[in-house]
Amino acid sequence: MKIPFSYVFRNLWTRKLTTLLTAGGMAMVVFVFAAVLMLDAGLKKTLVSTGSPENAILLRQSAQTEIQSSITRDQASLVQTLPGVARDQAGEPMVSREILVLAQIPAKGGGRPANVVIRGLPALGLAMRPQVRLLSGRMFRPGTSEIVVGKGISEGFDGVDIGQSQRFAQREWTVVGVFDGGGSAYDSEVWGDVEQMMQAYRRTTFSSAIARLESPGEFDAFVTRVAGQQRLTLDVKREPLFYAEQSRQLSNFISILGMILSAIFSIGAMIGAMITMYAAVSNRTGEIGTLRALGFRRSSILAAFLLESVLLALVGGVAGLALASGLQAFTITTMNWQSFSQLAFGFHLTPGIVMGTLAFSVLMGLVGGFLPSVRAARLEIVDSLRAA
Amino acid sequence: MLLKLVLKNIFRHKLRSLLTIVGLVVAILAFGLLRTVVHAWYAGADMASANRLITRNATSLVFGMPAYYRERIKSIDGVTTVAISNWTGGLYKDESFRNFFAQFAITDEYWSQYPEFIARPEELAAWRGDRRGVMVGRILADQHGFKVGDTLPIKGTIYPGNWDFVIRGIYEPKDETTVTRQMYLHWEYLNERMKQRIGRNWDIAGVFVVTIADGSRAAEISRAIDAEFRNSLAETLTETEKAFQLGFVAQTGAIVTALKIVSFVVIVIIFAVVANTMAMTARERLAEYATLKALGFSPGFVAALIVAESVLMTAIGGLIGIALSFPVAAGFKQAMGSMFPVFKVTEETVVLQVAAALAVGLLAAVLPSIRAARVKIVDGLRYIG
Repeated sequence: MKIPFSYVFRNLWTRKLTTLLTAGGMAMVVFVFAAVLMLDAGLKKTLVSTGSPENAILLRQSAQTEIQSSITRDQASLVQTLPGVARDQAGEPMVSREILVLAQIPAKGGGRPANVVIRGLPALGLAMRPQVRLLSGRMFRPGTSEIVVGKGISEGFDGVDIGQSQRFAQREWTVVGVFDGGGSAYDSEVWGDVEQMMQAYRRTTFSSAIARLESPGEFDAFVTRVAGQQRLTLDVKREPLFYAEQSRQLSNFISILGMILSAIFSIGAMIGAMITMYAAVSNRTGEIGTLRALGFRRSSILAAFLLESVLLALVGGVAGLALASGLQAFTITTMNWQSFSQLAFGFHLTPGIVMGTLAFSVLMGLVGGFLPSVRAARLEIVDSLRAA
Repeated sequence: MLLKLVLKNIFRHKLRSLLTIVGLVVAILAFGLLRTVVHAWYAGADMASANRLITRNATSLVFGMPAYYRERIKSIDGVTTVAISNWTGGLYKDESFRNFFAQFAITDEYWSQYPEFIARPEELAAWRGDRRGVMVGRILADQHGFKVGDTLPIKGTIYPGNWDFVIRGIYEPKDETTVTRQMYLHWEYLNERMKQRIGRNWDIAGVFVVTIADGSRAAEISRAIDAEFRNSLAETLTETEKAFQLGFVAQTGAIVTALKIVSFVVIVIIFAVVANTMAMTARERLAEYATLKALGFSPGFVAALIVAESVLMTAIGGLIGIALSFPVAAGFKQAMGSMFPVFKVTEETVVLQVAAALAVGLLAAVLPSIRAARVKIVDGLRYIG
């Protein structure tokens, strides 16, 4: 015979302060736990939406980032001639030859200058990134010192409004538009014309070449063809994989630190639950004796107290999750160590995180409530009735 | 009398008090570690000297400057020495965090500029005599088991190719704030290899480390250096070493802020736990408090009883937590390898830990003590827990 749920619920309801404090402690732990998972998910989402599976990115051998890489004009032209590269409506090979440099731009509100990615790209490069669309202003015109800035840059930095200009590489660059990269890493970039950028920075080589393949399945054959060309001392990577690698260190750092913190914090919350449940058992010794005398089994008592503890933890879990979901309004901008530049990403709540977080809080409730529930179940009827 | 009662009270519910104290220990420990991580973030900046300036390309650190700038900077009034330092960022073994360490290509002046790196004269001489020679720091050497004479294979990322360096010396730190997890190679060797690669003169300096005789003239000399190269192809930005290092920290500011916030979250969590313990305790003993009052003790005495019990409990937990911080921090440093070269629990952290423990103890007792002080004798005596 099971003990009615309302008995469990009412026990929590009568001792509001205790319930509130215990669930509050658990809510904070769940908040930290969920926030870390959401941050990691947000980072992954940003980078996954940056690459597209039919694109291959070519970098100089052993270069880890676009910044370190260099590709000569000859090499880039050779890539265009390789079979398997898609062609646009005009029959031109779809290889975007790009240059990537870093510039220091002051952060908003008198902040210190931070490294921002400046990407020079041809008109074709724009066509190959369909997720990017203009928010305001217009696109830069090829052959001019015009730039457009990503949404993240426009929100986080000074002097990047439309009509204002930025000085780098001994030139004034006028901001003519703001674009939305659809939550991708492009939101944290500044774009301009590739040939102008190369002249301004006095570079004779590109940073990377991005090739659109006829189909994603073409990739392995394409890698073999690149390797077959002796002049192409280049590494080829799938674009999504490349961007995932770019943030691996940051992602690992966030998740490892977050898991360690959650584990340590949860000890505190579980102890809180344990204290509460032990008190509940000792306060209700007489009640437990009565329940047993009425014919409820030991297992029913155990289940009732465990349920009470889990319910307590779930209240905390839901509250913590609700708090954490409010974080989605915020964006974090930090330096990605691998690319050495600023990257903006948000907190992203997925169904998997909701389930994981609730499971985590149930686990905390079970662990915290287990010993007290066992004690409740082991009480002898006579002793407990006498104790009351 | 008060103390005796408080002690007796604490040990009445042994299990509950024990659990609360364990929770406190964990929380105060976690708080201390988090603060220490935040401090470790600033380690490079703490080591910076007021007499050292860093000159870099104004556009961005990734672009170097012509090496001949060195002579021009040296001729500026107040400058004593100038060294070139290039970040080389090669890979040792693989890309993992454990195997990452900082590598710089430097010129000889560097060793005189950083007296906190203590190298044996004979090892330094051996380094000078070997183009492929490198000097490694003590922490780095201990972490990977490097010995003098070992060959160190590095895969270039910024500067392509495979580099086989020979360890010629291991430098020691002067004190605990000194970071010794870097490897130093010859800038001249780097320059030579780059010349072979691109077929013409390379001669690019990443940054210049400039020492000045008088630290109070830093701002003036920085301006003089930058004025020297205004409107040239590579305009410079000169700042003190500390400002330069803090610039890196500021770029990861979001992480530091998050750590700081989280360190207070753990205090809030433990506050909820302790407040709960005290609330339950006070509720159960309401009849006793009424009895005390009936015997003639003032409401203030009853409140003091609860506050003292709460503070004593947090003090015990806090002290154990603080005491554990030191060995745990040492273990953490070991486990994290070279990621945090300076990982030491500072006095400030300990003060904050004490303050947090006391604040939790006092705040947790507020509500229960008010309630106990206010309870009417009749109601209290009638009350059954």
